[in-house]
Formats: sequence, structure tokens, C-alpha cells
Amino acid sequence: MKTDKSLDCYGLFCPMPIIKAAEKLKEMASGEILEIISTDEGIERDMLAWCEMTGNEFINIERENDIIKVYVRKK
Amino acid sequence: MKDKLTLIIFSDNLDRALAAFNLATGAASMGIDVSMFFTFWGLNILRKKKEISKSKNFIKRIFKKINRGGADRLKLSKFHMFGIGTFLMKNFMKELNIPSIKEMISLAKNLGINIIACNTTMEIMGLKKEDLISEVDEIAGVATYLSKAKDSRINLFI
Repeated sequence: MKTDKSLDCYGLFCPMPIIKAAEKLKEMASGEILEIISTDEGIERDMLAWCEMTGNEFINIERENDIIKVYVRKK
Repeated sequence: MKDKLTLIIFSDNLDRALAAFNLATGAASMGIDVSMFFTFWGLNILRKKKEISKSKNFIKRIFKKINRGGADRLKLSKFHMFGIGTFLMKNFMKELNIPSIKEMISLAKNLGINIIACNTTMEIMGLKKEDLISEVDEIAGVATYLSKAKDSRINLFI
């Protein structure tokens, strides 16, 4: 998937990934896609909830072993 | 209107403080307006490690020596075990890159969280403004808290 920015949240636990994602998205332009690389099992539900609340778009989630990649489009 | 979260931090237990700051910073990242009201033992979290003001009252001076403040000094509510349990827990947390309470306070500050210290507690404990860390936004009472809580959809006492 084509992404504009990538955020490494490897080894970080709740709430750090969503805080870092929120910070990163602030710097980005509307429509750009952010990739969040995480090992936190809760990130799927959390990013879904986060997107629902903030109005950003949850695009996709990919898993490779213990790595979880979440894709979010900035509103 | 923006969603609001108000938290009363009554306890100075490390575990509870961590839960409070996790909720607060997480909420702030979701665009929620967050206020944290620190009262009673919770105020210890906002104290500087070293006492600045001197109380005239002898008993109060002793009390301040026993009831020491500072985010580094918080204890676990369970398994403190004369410091061993808390020390181990802090190490586990460090290994997992979980921010310390001190780091959480500056993170909260950067996210624009409103940190309020309870003035009555300060009186009771003989604390002055200079005894509190610079991250404190306001010193206020119950009316301030309630006026914020009234408009909040989420309200927690920790």
C-alpha cells in the first residue's frame, strides 16, 4: 500500500501508539495516509475507536507475525 | 461542542496514577478536552521532591517529612514490600518502554491537559505554590472542578 508517512511504534504499549499517531497526523495534510507499525495487540480496536472519534479514516490492517500495521487516512 | 473528560486524582498510588495518566493522555490524543484535578493524597504527585516552603507549625513540619511528595516517590497500592515491589515494577515498566509518571506529566502538558491543584489540600498539608511543580496550571477548589465536570461526559474519581 502506498503510504505518505510511517510511524514506528514497535514495542510501545497503550496509550503511546495512539498518542504518537495523533501527533504524527497533525503534521500531515488532509488525504495523506499514515502507516503505524505496532506490536500492541490492542491497536486494532484502539485505532478503530480513535478514528471513529476523530473522524479520520481507518483504511486497513495487516499482520505479519507479531507486527501489526495499521493504515489511516487523515480527514 | 468538544467532548470533555474530568478526572479527580485522589490517590498517590503509582498504579492509580498510571491509570489516570494513561486515560488522560489517550483522551487528549482523541481530541477530548481533559482536566485533571489533584486532591488530597493525589496532590503528592504534583509536589516537588524537595520542600521549598517552611511551615511554622511543628506538627505540620513533621507531617510533611513523613508524607513526602514527588512523582518519583509514588508507591504501588499492592506489593510495595518496603520498596522492593515498587522498585521491581518500575523496572518492568522501564523495560517495556512505559513512561514514568514524571514523563507522563510532561506528556500530559504537551497534549494541553489542564492540571489543577486543590487549594484546600494545600492548606491542610502546609504546601505553598512553590512546593508544586511548574506543570500545575491552576490552584482551585471544588467550584472550578464542578463547573468543568458539569459539562463533561466522562467523569472519574481515581
